Amino acid sequence: MNKFRSSRVSAVLLALVLFAFAAGCKKKTPIPPPPPPPSRNLTDNTPPPSMGRPVINSFTAEPSRINQGQAATLRWSISNATDMSIDPGVGAVQSQGSRQVFPGSATTYTLTAKGPGGTDSRTVTVDVGAPPPPPPPANTTGPTLSVSETLSRESQDAYFDYDKSDIRSDAVQALTSDADLLKRLFARDPALTVIVEGHCDERASAEYNLGLGDRRASSARDFLVQLGVPAARLKTVSYGKERPQCTDATEDCYQKNRRAHLTAGQ
Amino acid sequence: MKQSLLIPTILATLAGALFSQQTSITINKSGEKPAIAVIDFRGTGAAQPFMSVFNQSLFSQLQDSTRLKMVPKTVYPLAVPQQPADFNAPTSLTNWSNPPVNANYLAFGYTAVQGSNLVLFGWLYNVQVPTAQTAQVIGKIYTATLDEAGAHKVADEFAADILKLFGGVSLMGTKIYFVSDRNSAQGNKEIWSMDYDGNNQKQLTNYRNITTFPCVSPDGSKVAFTTWARGTPSIFVHSLETGRKLPYYNQSASVNAASDFTPDSKQLLIYSSAGGGFSQIFTTAPDGSGLRRIGTSRAIDVEPKVNPKTGNDLVFVSDRGGLPQIYRMSIDGSDVVRLTNGEGEAVNPSWSPDGTHIAFAWTRGFDPGNYNIFIMDIASREIVQLTHGEGRNENPSWAPDGTHLVYSSKRDRRTQLWTMLADGTAKRQLTTQGNNEKPAWSKTSSR
Repeated sequence: MNKFRSSRVSAVLLALVLFAFAAGCKKKTPIPPPPPPPSRNLTDNTPPPSMGRPVINSFTAEPSRINQGQAATLRWSISNATDMSIDPGVGAVQSQGSRQVFPGSATTYTLTAKGPGGTDSRTVTVDVGAPPPPPPPANTTGPTLSVSETLSRESQDAYFDYDKSDIRSDAVQALTSDADLLKRLFARDPALTVIVEGHCDERASAEYNLGLGDRRASSARDFLVQLGVPAARLKTVSYGKERPQCTDATEDCYQKNRRAHLTAGQ
Repeated sequence: MKQSLLIPTILATLAGALFSQQTSITINKSGEKPAIAVIDFRGTGAAQPFMSVFNQSLFSQLQDSTRLKMVPKTVYPLAVPQQPADFNAPTSLTNWSNPPVNANYLAFGYTAVQGSNLVLFGWLYNVQVPTAQTAQVIGKIYTATLDEAGAHKVADEFAADILKLFGGVSLMGTKIYFVSDRNSAQGNKEIWSMDYDGNNQKQLTNYRNITTFPCVSPDGSKVAFTTWARGTPSIFVHSLETGRKLPYYNQSASVNAASDFTPDSKQLLIYSSAGGGFSQIFTTAPDGSGLRRIGTSRAIDVEPKVNPKTGNDLVFVSDRGGLPQIYRMSIDGSDVVRLTNGEGEAVNPSWSPDGTHIAFAWTRGFDPGNYNIFIMDIASREIVQLTHGEGRNENPSWAPDGTHLVYSSKRDRRTQLWTMLADGTAKRQLTTQGNNEKPAWSKTSSR
């Protein structure tokens, strides 16, 4: 009796276990989903497919942003390709390598890899920033400064007699040399204007000297124009006796102050 | 010798012209100036320290007016009155009217401190009358701040009241505009102003450039000047009421310079190279509009100065005959005559207020550049030399009283401003700092 009872219990248990198993087996039955399709955008870690198709493992530009005149380095790594090139401007390349490029403006480089199994290509873009910091002074600070420096170094003052605005023979020489200089400088800098200043010694009145300095400046200007200097690029200003070179009461000093003098205009 | 004989003649002419316009008191029928005694005023307490400034200022203003004969203090009686109550003895007036004093008038009084003010009690007595009760001509109280400026002010006001009685024009309140480089290490010049006696010197412009040749409108509202602040010499006009720049349209020319205002203050005389020639004379409105040319020459014409009495004629400087000389023409450009005789260089003309004389700078008898101040009677062309080689003397400008001149004098290396009487006496230096030049005496008191 006892035995009978016990085998019945076992049978029930077995049935339960079997049921449980049966339920568990049912869950395992569906087919596993297919692996994701191969993509071109595989990362570097993706193991190369085994079919022999060309694959670009990597293609980078370092740095990706440069200023004009600077270099960027392209690096690449390719598998299974026989024919590889980077456009524009680089041409055929090996399967592994790097190359410095100097794009003048933003450029997209295309790496193309061809092989028996097909073709792969990838692009990188190098951005080129705003114009570079100012180039060396020789080129930009250039025109006016060096022209006015040249003018002050090489021009010669035209000197006058007391209360006169006639061009003396020494002033003819000075102004002739000034005319050559002005023609050269005007050719070099099309925006340049030159001021012809008229100055006086301290003896006549300040009011009268305003008129006399004006007459000297006009006289020197007219002479330069006669020698072919374009009148439109010359301006005159009288300083009277307000800006003397020296203040001694000697003929030497008076003579230094009776002059026409050239300066660069603004 | 000949010149020194001319001086009294000229001054008599000047004084005659000015006296004839005035009325009020006339006691000198003989033509002699009234004699005035001026006591040394004393001050009570804290007022006393300023009394030497006061006494000096009062005495010199009365003296410099040339309208009064100053009785020397050495002959004054021992008993000096300080207030009307001091005239209690019968001899009180005759002590002053009799020899040796021989005064017609006596100025006396005292100062005291009231609160924080300096107060002047000032009297003027006619000592020729029989009793003190009827002697008072002026009896007035003047108030100012308790300092040197205050002492100057009450002296100015008292002197002005006295001078008014004798046909004098007080210089009190008139200003001298001038040019100074004192605040610039670069030699830049700015326009300044000061009181007629050199007090109260103030900078008016700050263009940090050459800024010069001031001229003041007779109504005292504007000063015009010439500055290189924009590159070429250009005319600027400032309001003297606000101190601000007023619009002025400059001609497109290498030279534009301000020179003078017409008597009605409605036109500015300028010299300009407008039109492309040399400097010529023009008038414009005070804003630069309405340019009108006066006269035509192929020479340098500068410094037009219009007759302040008539407004109908002007003097100017031209080199049309060689070296610069002074010419005269009518306001329409006709009737040009040379006033100076062609010797040396004659520049810087300035009219006397009554339009009968000009003062000017001339190198006659000296090397180029060594100017002296002269005056000329326009009608007779008689000249008087007022400075005689004591430095380089330029730019005389006549005071509105017709008896004073301000001018610049360069002695050693510095140029300073001086005043003197129109007979060349009483020379007094007004400035000391930096260089100071181009004085222009305003015609009216500033408000």
